[in-house]
Amino acid sequence: MATVMETKHAPENQAAVYVFEAPVRIWHWTHTFSILVCAATGYLIAYPLPSVGGEASQHFLMGNLRLIHFISSYVFAIGFVVRLYWAFVGNRFSRELFLPPIFKAAWWEGLWYELRFYLFLTREQRKTPGHNPMAQIAMWLFNVLLGLVMIGTGFALYGEGLGLGSWADRLFGWVIPFFGGAQNTRMWHLMGMWLLIVFAIIHVYMAIRADIIGRQSSVSTIISGWRTYKDDLP
Amino acid sequence: MPVQETFYEVMRRHGITRRSFLKFCSLTAAGLGLGPEFAGKLAHALENKPRTPVIWLHGLECTCCTESFIRSGNPLAGDVVLSMISLDYDDTLMAAAGHQAEELLEQTIEKYDGQYILACEGNPPLNEDGMYCIQGGRPYVEKLRHMADHCKAIIAWGSCASWGCVQAARPNPTRATPIHKVILDKPIVKVPGCPPIAEVMTGVITYMIAFDDLPELDRQGRPKMFYSQRLHDKCYRRPHFDAGQFVERFDDEGARRGYCLYKVGCKGPTTYNACSTIEWNGGLSWPVKSGHGCLGCAEDNFWDKGSFYSAVTDFGVLGDVEADADRVGAILAGAAAIGVAAHAAVSVASHLSGSKQGSKENG
Ligand code: HEM
Ligand code: HEM
Ligand code: SF4
Ligand code: SF4
Repeated sequence: MATVMETKHAPENQAAVYVFEAPVRIWHWTHTFSILVCAATGYLIAYPLPSVGGEASQHFLMGNLRLIHFISSYVFAIGFVVRLYWAFVGNRFSRELFLPPIFKAAWWEGLWYELRFYLFLTREQRKTPGHNPMAQIAMWLFNVLLGLVMIGTGFALYGEGLGLGSWADRLFGWVIPFFGGAQNTRMWHLMGMWLLIVFAIIHVYMAIRADIIGRQSSVSTIISGWRTYKDDLP
Repeated sequence: MPVQETFYEVMRRHGITRRSFLKFCSLTAAGLGLGPEFAGKLAHALENKPRTPVIWLHGLECTCCTESFIRSGNPLAGDVVLSMISLDYDDTLMAAAGHQAEELLEQTIEKYDGQYILACEGNPPLNEDGMYCIQGGRPYVEKLRHMADHCKAIIAWGSCASWGCVQAARPNPTRATPIHKVILDKPIVKVPGCPPIAEVMTGVITYMIAFDDLPELDRQGRPKMFYSQRLHDKCYRRPHFDAGQFVERFDDEGARRGYCLYKVGCKGPTTYNACSTIEWNGGLSWPVKSGHGCLGCAEDNFWDKGSFYSAVTDFGVLGDVEADADRVGAILAGAAAIGVAAHAAVSVASHLSGSKQGSKENG
């Protein structure tokens, strides 16, 4: 297992902390990119562009959009698996995404605190080297759970095209009756896209906001990996 | 035990020639997607096996399955199969009526306990103790349970028996319930469609009585030979889909050129049935060929998804409120954007007043 925490220098409250190791950072940006590509091509699958002219044999527009969707789906899914693997071998912050410590009272207290902070009910902002509890639960819901839903519904639909008995059908085919048929599965997949968009809007806002008025670094952290603090207070 | 008649003997008795019989065997084997050698096997089975009786029950339904069945595109198949099954019990087709007819059921149970096939058209309504469908003076659900207790296997004809269909549409006042949710202890073959294609029906029933076995079923209990692909996988308009050429309105240039019907709601991409390969009325046509999208009639709950004319449909997340994924999603995304903007404004105000007070929040 990697080192628990590397610090540049003491004292505790102002020392920079190495939070996001390179694989996590690379994953973050490929993950973001694959979602953008999936959402753009997926939307055009749900609402195709105006018809192209000429003979069908001269074009492959939908075919190509679907191809790009599937390639970037593979990036999304493989990225998810690699990120999961990194949770086992990475530093302690790498596990926060997958395992919000919901059995610890302090974590719930922290969640309540963050909620009040974002509702402007308290001005004091706490320092958290990793994710604060609210970020953590949102990350889990929208990236772990929803990520699995997108992979499950997506590969189930993909298996329909590959055919009965294909690997995707054997692994994910059960998802289709689970959602009540192919059409419902598609609609949940589409709903998932919207939920990811909701997450992205709030997430990007929070990240930039934290950078501007927070006590600790944010966007630079997911780029360089280091969490730095703007004051020495606890 | 008395020597039972074979299917072949029954057919001959009904005036079907050996030549027609053999033709039927090869056509059916081909229809089932079996190799040429199976025509002989089918003939052999029908010539030598004692006849499996078929009881055909009707619950809440519109009889479109029977209508489809007796209009089998290949008249031979219709005749042959009818002569095989009309012997026992089918209250729409048989000559007997009333007490005489109901007695036939008891006789079949006595003679063929555990050996007959129960073909169910329609489904039982369960509300009010099943009073919404009374046959022979008692609720249909009782008759169904009674006959199912003694049968070997069940065929659920059509979307009614397989999924519930229109009589089970929201709010389903009679609580019409598909067969597999009422009979839990017998093998059930679902043959969905509203109605199913005649050739599919004769194929499935012939397979079952000739080989004395269930056809291979998919995850949801449908015979793989007819329901393993979506219409979209074999649709002759698919090249237009892949190219990106769509009918936008039923009277536009695209419609005249036979473009893909996806944008006007074709459910081919999510419907498992054999329409795009076997087609209807003896291979004459099928909905897409005549210029209209598939309604998804062979799929569970197709009647409750809102418009037949849009690709994005309702999916009932919010119970009875009709809501498609896009409307819900766009509202959520809009709310998120407004929320973020409002929060940003308050943040700025709060931050400015905060710095004036010299809070330790600095940045
Ligand atoms: C992660 C983000 C993803 C987003 C935002 C997304 C979005 C979408 C959207 C909006 C559609 C159109 C649905 C409709 O018919 O209305 C779609 C279709 C589809 N998606 Fe995704 N998707 C994602 C991931 C995946 C994954 C991981 C797979 C796995 C292979 C996948 C496979 C498919 C397939 C097979 C279709 C149906 C395409 C067709 O049959 O024409 N998607 N996606
Ligand atoms: C669809 C788009 C995005 C998704 C799904 C997403 C997802 C995530 C996830 C899962 C993490 C946690 C990383 C981990 O613990 O492994 C994270 C962290 C982070 N992301 Fe994103 N991200 C997206 C876009 C962006 C963008 C565009 C930015 C930059 C403006 C950004 C900035 C950040 C920052 C600053 C963090 C670190 C949060 C912290 O300090 O605790 N993200 N993101
Ligand atoms: S018409 Fe329907 S089944 Fe045919 S390609 Fe278009 S969407 Fe698919
Ligand atoms: S095309 Fe669709 S709606 Fe029409 S019969 Fe076939 S499955 Fe049913």
